[in-house]
Amino acid sequence: MEIYLDNSATTQPLAEVIASVNHMMAENYGNPSALHRRGLEAEHAVKKARSQVSALFNTGNHDLIFTSGGTESNNLAIFGSLATARDTSRPLVTSSIEHPSVLNIFKHLEKIGRKVIYIRTDPQGFVDLEDLKKALDEHPALVSIMTVNNEIGSIQPIAEIARLIETSDNKPVFHTDAVQAFGKIPLQSTAVDLMSVSAHKFHGPKGIGGLFVKKGFRLAPIMFGGGQETNLRPGTENTPAIVGMGTAAAWAESHLSENMDKLNQLKAYLINGVTNEIPGVRINSPVSPRFAPHILSISFKGIRGEVLLHSLEQDGIYVATRSACSSKKKSRNHVLDALQLTPDEAEGTIRISFSSFNRQEELDYVIEKMKHHVASIRRITGWRG
Amino acid sequence: MDQVIIVRYGEISLKGRNRGFFEDKLVDNLRLRLQEYPNLSFYKRDSRIYIELNGTPAEPVLTKAAVVFGVVSLSLATRCSTRFEEITAVAVAETENALKREKIKTFKAQAKRGDKKYPLDSQEIGREIGACILRHFDGQLTVDVHHPDLTVYVEVRDYAYVYSQKVPGYGGLPYGTSGKGLLLLSGGIDSPVAGWMMAKRGLMLEAIHFHSYPFTSERAKEKVEELARILSLYCRRIKLYHINLLEIQTAIREKCPEELFTILSRRFMMFIAARVAAHNHCEALITGENISQVASQTLQSLHVTNAAVDIPVFRPLIAMDKMDIINIAEKIGTYETSILPYEDCCTVFLPKNPATKPRLDKVLTYESALDKEALIKNALDGLECKTITP
Repeated sequence: MEIYLDNSATTQPLAEVIASVNHMMAENYGNPSALHRRGLEAEHAVKKARSQVSALFNTGNHDLIFTSGGTESNNLAIFGSLATARDTSRPLVTSSIEHPSVLNIFKHLEKIGRKVIYIRTDPQGFVDLEDLKKALDEHPALVSIMTVNNEIGSIQPIAEIARLIETSDNKPVFHTDAVQAFGKIPLQSTAVDLMSVSAHKFHGPKGIGGLFVKKGFRLAPIMFGGGQETNLRPGTENTPAIVGMGTAAAWAESHLSENMDKLNQLKAYLINGVTNEIPGVRINSPVSPRFAPHILSISFKGIRGEVLLHSLEQDGIYVATRSACSSKKKSRNHVLDALQLTPDEAEGTIRISFSSFNRQEELDYVIEKMKHHVASIRRITGWRG
Repeated sequence: MDQVIIVRYGEISLKGRNRGFFEDKLVDNLRLRLQEYPNLSFYKRDSRIYIELNGTPAEPVLTKAAVVFGVVSLSLATRCSTRFEEITAVAVAETENALKREKIKTFKAQAKRGDKKYPLDSQEIGREIGACILRHFDGQLTVDVHHPDLTVYVEVRDYAYVYSQKVPGYGGLPYGTSGKGLLLLSGGIDSPVAGWMMAKRGLMLEAIHFHSYPFTSERAKEKVEELARILSLYCRRIKLYHINLLEIQTAIREKCPEELFTILSRRFMMFIAARVAAHNHCEALITGENISQVASQTLQSLHVTNAAVDIPVFRPLIAMDKMDIINIAEKIGTYETSILPYEDCCTVFLPKNPATKPRLDKVLTYESALDKEALIKNALDGLECKTITP
């Protein structure tokens, strides 16, 4: 039996995605820039995919640029908007729980002399809006705050943040990394200037993603070349992956509310099972409109997340963890730190992330195995509750 | 005139009546290491081995032959007749090549005469050849007999050999001339170095790795397999045994004092290694232990570990400094893999204050509380074996 519960890391591509990628490689292999019919057919396919992906963020006020994925989108968004802003004395604002592909950009910018303000989060994993207000008083050039946190699934109040930004003087650029949100929850905020998305998180191919750019927004490219993607992301289009992303987006759009219900049911079922069956458990991401339906972070006292991960893997159950079982490198986890977990809880934290293809019966097996492994690990670690 | 590689092997030439055995083994090992070059031919003469290139490019052959244990140094030489004019022409050509390769201002010619009937003695050959080179590169080169930029070596035997470079080898004894040992291979820096050093003394290697999956990750196992693969570059192939210690470690954790956890685990590793060794005709164990590096490697701890088995245990790193061990690990190519973060023992088990001066009688008392034979048997029943090749 294989039960894949690591869908925040990546998802299995849909059969129709694989078929569309295959079709683009085998048949529709032209270069969209070419003047002949082959080129035109490829261009049509890309155009269709662009509208399919855009339909998931249907503001009518944003253009979509295809990139190689979330990391590139975040880099293009931040470096591309800073390149057009002359005043480098203005600070930059981000949250303390961003994905490394955002945090490490700001660490780099700090190293080269920019001031960066990190917004704190409350113990539930939501950015502190009072803290943000204070930061906005310093007239930042850019604010980058993620839509859904990848480790605990908290949905940040993007609309409220956007309102605060709109009403601040000397309005900064607003970017959001929506990689864990896109295709999972409805996104309507028209106020964001830039939004990063990635295909392989919603059953599309790896190596393809996008950046939504508000119409009229001045973004500079960070790569230079042959003019593709309105000069913002030059290079021959990755047509198979683009079309695969379009297919996945069309599926996600037509199933969005159905999938959300299903994911919330799965999550509620597992939370219920785990809290009833296993003592010493803390749920970091409850079922709530404020949390993404597909991400469930659980802390078990008296275990190592990594040991539980490897134990479950023996039963064909795949989950994720961030705290490594290593005596040499005790890499503290910035997200779990922000949640004010005790070191013991942080070390015993695993992330379960569902897809709508998981079934409730699978979770019965997961709960049974989890109960068994947590108990036997605790026998060794000597946790008595 | 041909291109040959001269392989020097130093220590083996001292081996009395066994010399032939060692030499033949070295030739065999060279042939195996170089088997992808079918045009090479090998012969033994003058207490060294010659490899005729027969058109094979010299660079890769030199690089690969240099890591064969027993090889002290190698030179790419031009072989010609002993006619003086021909030797001179080859020596001039050798100098010309060296000048193209690097910046050279001074040189000397150094000759050796194996053929004692040759009309000139070593001194005279060197002087005459030197004079010819000097004349040929007049104004470009001067002679410096003490610190020359270039030394042109001329050896006159049944043929004459001319060369100007020596590539160092690792020395040691040909692999497989000293029996077979079982290396306790962890994912750390030390144990691969220990195995390499024993292999360099001619010992064939097999390796055993102890893990505690799922308390350790599969990547830790893969890391050890990669270390074995790097060692197999020197040893052709290595049989690697994986043993899961989890049940044993759990039992120790439950029944024995925390501070003795590591030393008792070590003893079980020795018990199991000794049995695997006996079963596979390995006549010694090899460990990367290094005096006082960690709590389990104090003199008292080593005594307790050592008392677990009768088979000889070799600890080639025992008196080395960590930096020297790291230098060898870097040289043989295991360092980068050894420092990957995946560990072979989960921190869950590691005692906060391990005993640094364990007493054997006390350790034995606690050990007797464990069902030792059943634990060892279960661990051996789960043995996995893999043959690792480059």
